[in-house]
Amino acid sequence: MQMSGAQMVCEAIIAEGVKTVFGYPGGAIMHVYDEVYKQEGFEHILNRHEQASVHAADGYARATGEVGVAMVTSGPGFTNAVTGLATAYMDSIPLVVISGQVPSHLIGTDGFQEIDAVGISRPCTKHNFLVRSLEELPRVLKEAFYIARSGRAGPVLVDIPKDITVEIGDYVYPDEVDLPSYKPTYKGNTRQIEKAVEAIKASKKPLLYLGGGVVLSNAYELVRTLAKKTQIPVVETLMARGVMGDKNPLLLGMLGMHGNYSSNMAMSETDLVISFGARFDDRVTGKLSEFAKYAKIIHVDIDAANIGKIVAVDYPIVGDITKVIEVMLPLLDGIDTDRFEAWRSILARYEALHPLSYVDSDEVIKPQWAIERIGELVGVDAIITSDVGQHQMWAAQHYPFDRPRQWINSGGLGTMGFGFPAALGAKKAFPDKIVINVTGDGSILMNMQELVTAAEYKIPVINLILNNHFLGMVRQWQTFFYEKRYSETDLSFQPNWKALAEACGGIGYDVKTKAEFDFAIKDAIAQDKVCFMNVIVNRFEDVLPMVPSGGALFNMMLPQTTKDEEA
Amino acid sequence: MAQVIDERRVISVIVLNESSVLARITSLFAGRGYNIESLTVAPIPNTQMSHITIATNSSARTMEQISKQLHKLIPVYKVIEHEEMIEKEMVLAKFPIQENLADISVLASAYNGGVVNVGKEMIIVMVADEPKRIKHFIEASERYNPCEIVRGGVVAIER
Repeated sequence: MQMSGAQMVCEAIIAEGVKTVFGYPGGAIMHVYDEVYKQEGFEHILNRHEQASVHAADGYARATGEVGVAMVTSGPGFTNAVTGLATAYMDSIPLVVISGQVPSHLIGTDGFQEIDAVGISRPCTKHNFLVRSLEELPRVLKEAFYIARSGRAGPVLVDIPKDITVEIGDYVYPDEVDLPSYKPTYKGNTRQIEKAVEAIKASKKPLLYLGGGVVLSNAYELVRTLAKKTQIPVVETLMARGVMGDKNPLLLGMLGMHGNYSSNMAMSETDLVISFGARFDDRVTGKLSEFAKYAKIIHVDIDAANIGKIVAVDYPIVGDITKVIEVMLPLLDGIDTDRFEAWRSILARYEALHPLSYVDSDEVIKPQWAIERIGELVGVDAIITSDVGQHQMWAAQHYPFDRPRQWINSGGLGTMGFGFPAALGAKKAFPDKIVINVTGDGSILMNMQELVTAAEYKIPVINLILNNHFLGMVRQWQTFFYEKRYSETDLSFQPNWKALAEACGGIGYDVKTKAEFDFAIKDAIAQDKVCFMNVIVNRFEDVLPMVPSGGALFNMMLPQTTKDEEA
Repeated sequence: MAQVIDERRVISVIVLNESSVLARITSLFAGRGYNIESLTVAPIPNTQMSHITIATNSSARTMEQISKQLHKLIPVYKVIEHEEMIEKEMVLAKFPIQENLADISVLASAYNGGVVNVGKEMIIVMVADEPKRIKHFIEASERYNPCEIVRGGVVAIER
């Protein structure tokens, strides 16, 4: 069939089953937008900044597991999208981002709105393409979607010069890709899996260490089955929150810099780490020489480069978690679960000794209370996105997660401004779910223009601003490590949040008491409009426990509410 | 501790011969802080592939990461960490015509090469030998006041 390059782009998006595209037009991508106008296969959401478009597509992808799509123009349109690409890259989120480029004959001439998009995005995409001719466009689009979602998922950029989008040519969307140099490994090595199972059976203090890969592999049910069958305790990384479901008695909680006491102690004392889709990030390991010091390590990951990158691994298994656990489970028939009873009771004692805790107050709202309260009010019905900082950690610690993909945050790159647009993406994917962006008075301003997007398209997400008039996490570090020199972290000068939200077509709430909090949440859900919920919280609240950067996991600063370690 | 000792290593990377593939390789090295001592690239005859030979100084552990990270690049078809290899490097050297031409010619032939050009003011020799011996050639040639020496970078093939 004869059509323009621009039309091919739209046809490919439709063929891939994408229902919502986020983007922002501009000179170099105008032909494509002309076809967006004509087509009826997908909805286009006009964000008010390209960065938000990519985060929104990212939120959509994280909520659904499908490829998210964003569209931007050349030059500044593309450079604005870079943070979005990097965010998705660090967390292995499947995205296809289409960017316009100046016409082929102007490439390399410093033309208007020209920038080397493939050069800039090389380190923050899984792969990228500069389309050279109309003939290769259908193949490139097919490969882009395939590469984004296969293997270790990630963002793919397709940069298309303007002349190619207006040219007319034959369109046949390929059924399959032919990429001889790209063959992801899905099936784990059986011999290695058998050895790993033997190690599990021989261990006394095994620990399941789950990362975001479990979410990406859609393996949560299998992981829960594995844990139940073996009765092995579980810790989750920030990216894996929700995998086990917080009611699961085998789950100790999150580990790492702001992990639970019991989780971090478990990692410090275990004799066998069983890692699924985690990458031993420095925020998880703390001081490497003390990390899981007494343990052998089983590392299952679809990306071979993750294995042995940070720690030496005894049982490396490259493969898809789902496929590996399917092989593992029957091999674990008849495993002696009593064997781990003593270990479980040690950990139960740690948990009782220092549970996650905070001192509540009737004078001022504690941020931890606010998180727990939304958990009580909306719980399993909500999808929680977050920005980056203290509020993110409190949400990860205190929200009662029930399932994977319920928790959406920028873990790897730590991108402030991610939460609001990501919430828009999640809400577009699941209009019937309540979507709450847990944010801070710092982060929310980094993409607050999305109020307009949300109001225009009637995407009612709740922005729960835990407002401490500080860049809280940096302030916390300044308190602990910089002798309270609060360099550039005081946010006492604030907008009128309620008026700001209203000016953009949303609604605002100023919340200072628990009663106001409950009212605001219930009202916001009933109003079905985008909102800013300005919740004034205790100014100097710290996120605890905390492992100081570079310290050993077992050396935690603990909240004052818990008992001192038994002598 | 053999894991952490830096050693000279040579790898061959077989890649799809497409635009910007070399940039992908070199920016991976730059971005992850890996060292490149020498790099050569040329198309493989009668294929869509190119052969890149990279000499690097790294530990066994870093080498493993380099190899795995290279594998992740979509156009990378194969990474060969050479152990039993034939390794050669080519060098062109230019000397003033006033120098002892017979000596220079003997020197070049001792290192698997010879005179490739003689002009009014200069003589140019080419040698091709193992990198270690190339180093010796360069040291030996200094006696004849070379005006210019151009090294080609190593190429390697597994035995």
